[in-house]
Amino acid sequence: MSATVAPTSTPLPARQRGETLRLLVRNRIAVVALAVLVAFIVVAVFGKALAPYGYNSVDVADRLQGPSVHHWFGTDELGRDVFSRVLLGAAVSLKVGAVAVGISLVVGVPCGLIAGFYGGVLDDVIMRVMDVLFAFPAILMAIAVLAILGPGSTNAMVAIGIVYIPIFARVTRAAVLPVREEVYVRAARASGASDLRLMRRHLLPNVLGPIIVQTSISFAFAILSEAALSFIGLGTQPPHPSWGLMLSDGTDFINQAWWMVVFPGAAIFVVVLAFNILGDALRDTLDPRQRSLIRNARGA
Amino acid sequence: MIGYIVRRTLQAIVVLFGVSIVVFAIVHLVPGDPIRLALGTRFNQQAYDALRRRSGLDKPLVPQYFYWLGHALTGDLGVSFRTGQPVTQLIGQRIGATVSLAGAALVVALVIAVPLGLLSALRPRTSLDYGATVISQTGISIPEFWLAILLILVVGAKLDWLPSAGYVPPDQSVSGWLEHLILPGIAAGVSSGSILTRFIRASALEALGRDYTLTARSKGLRERTIIVRHVIRNALVPVVTVTGVQLAYLLSGVVVVEVVFAWPGLGMLALQSVQSRDYPVLQGAVLLFAAFFLIVNLAVDLLYARLDPRIGYASR
Repeated sequence: MSATVAPTSTPLPARQRGETLRLLVRNRIAVVALAVLVAFIVVAVFGKALAPYGYNSVDVADRLQGPSVHHWFGTDELGRDVFSRVLLGAAVSLKVGAVAVGISLVVGVPCGLIAGFYGGVLDDVIMRVMDVLFAFPAILMAIAVLAILGPGSTNAMVAIGIVYIPIFARVTRAAVLPVREEVYVRAARASGASDLRLMRRHLLPNVLGPIIVQTSISFAFAILSEAALSFIGLGTQPPHPSWGLMLSDGTDFINQAWWMVVFPGAAIFVVVLAFNILGDALRDTLDPRQRSLIRNARGA
Repeated sequence: MIGYIVRRTLQAIVVLFGVSIVVFAIVHLVPGDPIRLALGTRFNQQAYDALRRRSGLDKPLVPQYFYWLGHALTGDLGVSFRTGQPVTQLIGQRIGATVSLAGAALVVALVIAVPLGLLSALRPRTSLDYGATVISQTGISIPEFWLAILLILVVGAKLDWLPSAGYVPPDQSVSGWLEHLILPGIAAGVSSGSILTRFIRASALEALGRDYTLTARSKGLRERTIIVRHVIRNALVPVVTVTGVQLAYLLSGVVVVEVVFAWPGLGMLALQSVQSRDYPVLQGAVLLFAAFFLIVNLAVDLLYARLDPRIGYASR
């Protein structure tokens, strides 16, 4: 679970947003990834209606059955339907991803914005605090936070959110530095705009590109982190269907029931892959150098 | 150069100081009395008082921090609330297993990344390049604990080629140590290998497009000489940074792989300390990991500056 930082020198001029979308749509792999993510969100939202069984519908007579017409992904040690649990587990992953990345965004972006905008001592203090948070390996930081807050999916969201705050602060700050010196920012300042207005109206919209890319990548890592924390018993607690927790349960029956470890793991892999591919595609289309390469290569 | 080294080292010390405050705070942020929680049903007043005194928890907060920091700097990280053993001793028993695993994972990562990254850069937009991209994207996205489970399922259980759990110290049996190291090493190394593949590809592509490569070509040098002497040597300079960061990550980030393979390393120790509410052990492990991370990053920055003299000595 390593934290990847998106490149940061790429503010997104408003007039190029339409082109970004057009270039993104032309990237077939990115479109497939987007389709996978839409499917993931649909499953997460409507999972209860789609799942043939409840997440805790125990049927001991049917325990450890392999994949069949009745149980597409087989059953677990309590006879619960693995397919239904994988579908219902999507909601946990989506919720953790959204809340954790939300926390990182809400705290990290303003910190980066303020540090980059004001510079000087404020910048030094904020960024050294971020350096301290960044010095802790992600999973260990999350474990330490959960040691304090106690295990559980809500606390896991908070823990993962805290872990990714410094990444958003760094990405935002680095993107703000060149934009701060732009003529339109200086003009707005000269016309009497307040600092808050300058940051909200002029800086933030122009540093959204790297933040969007980082959001996509962080979503992937948040889902991986939740699965990892649930796998080691600190995240979602039984009997709730987290993919990581299902994998952990499955390891005890690895010789009898391969389906218990293969399907939940595949679900994590596919969603994380889709977020990473989308993140890469966004980075390519938001980076002006890459953008012109793509345009030339495709004759756009 | 000396100014850069001093400035960078001072920065690392400041951050390490901040890290120590955060680590110290762990035991104080736990709701309730940490020693009472750790002792649980084994509580007796005498043991409680002795642990409080030994851990410095009977002092006011600020003197307590300096008491703890002073002892930590001399290698005394306190005693386990559970067993009464010195934390340094507990860490010492586990460190060999973690270093073995991180080393094996780094070897796996480099074995994947160097050939794959270079070959895909030398043959851009070919099926080899696309294949390398698919492999690296897959490696980055696959959860390492799932890969670990799949390896156990196929190589350990079905094929029965390699042991699927446990650790054998090298002083007991070198072959046993190696055998037990392969699957965890692969599981922990694939993700780092995939990240490194991307960096090596990008870095080699950049070196291929540089003027010195063009000059070497226009001099009529053999392609092999150009690749080895000009492209690879220059391409690998920025890779040093990423390799260092990956090593720091591997030393500290393999907790989940350790759990899957019942690997008695530091990550497992940290996790066990959370489960048993043994906060001094958790503090010791977290402090050590963060210090590892900072020191490796500092070493990498300094090495990078040595390898590439253009790196900003002048500004931060």
